[in-house]
Amino acid sequence: MRHTISVLVENKFGVLSRVSGLFSGRGFNIESLSVGETIDRSVSLMTIVTTGDDQIVEQITKQLNKLIDVIKVVDFMDVDHVEREMVLIKVAPRKNDKSEFLKLAEIFRGRIVDSGPATFTVEITGDEKKIAAFIELVRPYGIKEFVRTGKVAIAREGVKRT
Amino acid sequence: MKMSGAEILIECLKREGVKHIFGYPGGVVLNIFDVLYDEKDIELILTRHEQGAVHAADGYARASGRTGVCIVTSGPGATNTVTGIATASMDSIPLVVFSGQVPTMLIGNDAFQEADIVGITRPCTKHNYLVKDINDLARTVREAFHIASTGRPGPVLIDLPKDVTAGTAEFKWPEQVSIRGYNPTYHGNKWMIRQAAQMIAKSKKPVIMAGGGVVLSGAAKEVKELAEAATIPVTTTLMGLGGFPGSHRLSMGMLGMHGTYYANRAVQDADLLIGIGVRFDDRVTGRTSAFAPGAKIIHIDIDPTSIRKNVRVDLPVVGDVRNVLRDILKVIREQKGQWEAVRKSWLKQIDAWKKEKPLSYTFDKKIIKPEFVVEKIYEISRGRAIICTEVGQNQMWAAQFYKYDEPRQWLSSGGLGTMGYGFPAAIGAQIACPGKLVVDIAGDGSIQMNIQELATAVVNRLPVKVAILNNGYLGMVRQWQELFFRERYSHTRLDTVPDFVKVAEAYGAVGLRAVKPPEVEPVIREAFSIKDRPVFMDFIVDWREKVFPMVPAGAAIDEMIFDEEEKKPAKKLKAVK
Ligand SMILES: Cc1ncc(C[n+]2csc(CCOP(=O)(O)OP(=O)(O)O)c2C)c(N)n1
Ligand SMILES: [Mg+2]
Repeated sequence: MRHTISVLVENKFGVLSRVSGLFSGRGFNIESLSVGETIDRSVSLMTIVTTGDDQIVEQITKQLNKLIDVIKVVDFMDVDHVEREMVLIKVAPRKNDKSEFLKLAEIFRGRIVDSGPATFTVEITGDEKKIAAFIELVRPYGIKEFVRTGKVAIAREGVKRT
Repeated sequence: MKMSGAEILIECLKREGVKHIFGYPGGVVLNIFDVLYDEKDIELILTRHEQGAVHAADGYARASGRTGVCIVTSGPGATNTVTGIATASMDSIPLVVFSGQVPTMLIGNDAFQEADIVGITRPCTKHNYLVKDINDLARTVREAFHIASTGRPGPVLIDLPKDVTAGTAEFKWPEQVSIRGYNPTYHGNKWMIRQAAQMIAKSKKPVIMAGGGVVLSGAAKEVKELAEAATIPVTTTLMGLGGFPGSHRLSMGMLGMHGTYYANRAVQDADLLIGIGVRFDDRVTGRTSAFAPGAKIIHIDIDPTSIRKNVRVDLPVVGDVRNVLRDILKVIREQKGQWEAVRKSWLKQIDAWKKEKPLSYTFDKKIIKPEFVVEKIYEISRGRAIICTEVGQNQMWAAQFYKYDEPRQWLSSGGLGTMGYGFPAAIGAQIACPGKLVVDIAGDGSIQMNIQELATAVVNRLPVKVAILNNGYLGMVRQWQELFFRERYSHTRLDTVPDFVKVAEAYGAVGLRAVKPPEVEPVIREAFSIKDRPVFMDFIVDWREKVFPMVPAGAAIDEMIFDEEEKKPAKKLKAVK
């Protein structure tokens, strides 16, 4: 099962390697990881996407909690939440396909953030499904490069974060 | 008042109640050593290797219950501590290790004697710090002692760049520690506790399995009270030895790979297993899918990650085991069960197993059996010595043939299995408990891993006794080769080198030797009478002797092999990896 876990940590040097070291040292899997400061500058938030059966994910959350610099761990599996990821895709459509490609990007509310004689770079934001669908549709046009931010997630209003 | 970083550090140590430090100097810790030169309240014990310093601090901590402290220099001094720190980490021993570091300006430049010790020790410490600002020093030390000694204890390392200890700052002692990400659970959930008491009341064939957590939390009294109140037989893990009196009528000794026949049988036949301060290590469970098949499992531990890591658990109780046991006891006592009567047939069954296959060995008149040496040490010390061990057969015989009635009497590297642990640990234990008899039961291989600490023991006039069970082999590995590798003794023969009596004498210690069984007792008695120097006792023992019972790797714990089965075809004993 794929789990999105958010980890509130002290904003100190070395914390990222404590977290990533925990995953590598114990053979847990990281699919994506994103980190950023929060409103409170002394605290950072990591969003980690990982896979494993219930027992493994239980171990992951417990082991994360055990780290002294970890303040709070939320597994979004049982929490109503919104999640988003941003992807930048550089595509090189053939001349005849260009307008069709741009239409496709528009349908997905993609923004063209750069273009040149041969390529367009599209910024696309969405949940896992939307991004996967867009990538599949764009693939035939010729993807030159693509980068993704990793997922971030936030609980919906009224959901108690325990 | 302005103070130097080194002065601040020592002042912090005093406020933490530190009396002894184990250490080794070097360039970047000179400022600290200079302050220690005039220090009256804290004594630094100079070991002869940084690994020895950490094991000594560890032995000091295990014997006394206080936090052990080390100071070493940067680079090689720091990397030499890694085995000691990992040993303490696996066995949850509270240590604070200070390592020197190159000046903050030079960190990351591959400066002379620079090592990223914070990076290196990250996975084997409970937590670690690099102090970059002298103004953080006092708070960091305070936090480190707090983290090391509370919750599930463990080693904490503080890396101190040279400019931090050489610089000056205002000393401010933080009266309180608050770490928002660190809040161990000390009390068990009320509902879980009632549930546990009910499960105990309903069970017909319960077994208590007591581990190192019992010793660490000071819960030996509570385990005994629970066992007696509800008439429950007790087995301990290697780390739990002394957590329940080995000579108690309800004691079944140790379980696991070299556990007793009756403890392993009882666990496999139990309908309720109460794991207290244990982590269900593979050396204890054998094949987990076949472990305690008929039992419901209650698991009490302060560390939630221990629960359901290795075995299924029916009722987890997270909390300090002493608090949890006290709460369970209250409920059990209200129940007023007629436990003796209810458990009669279960205890009878266990007695039958005890009679069927007791721990045993065959005494020989001509050649010394290692088990005989351990038995004699038990007898002559009247069961009251602090026993340290090395690793291998010596460790298992020390676990099997000495009965530990008190916690903190048994000091052994359980989790990491570190050869070379026992002797420096004995030095630390002797410093913590000057009046006590401290004996390291050693192997001829292991003792050579930290033999340089003889100098430390001699210089400090520590009457530590080392009983070398000299079988001329890396015996435990040889045992596996004999049983599972067709007696191909690849690189396990040590050829009885060196002459341990002469080594001892060269260091200014006493060396004694016993070659024949009748010499064993006089040698032990003479060694025990020496009060001002360490003693090496070199017991030339039967190299063929093996540790039994034995559960081959990958087998269920009731699939034990015994001495008499040696003659059966080797195939049957094939280890499953
Ligand atoms: C530092 C270290 N290296 C290797 C091992 C693997 N090992 C386990 S037991 C053992 C043999 C120990 O020999 P000795 O100290 O003579 O004890 P004996 O088994 O003969 O009693 C070895 C090599 C270990 N546990 N620790
Ligand atoms: Mg040996």
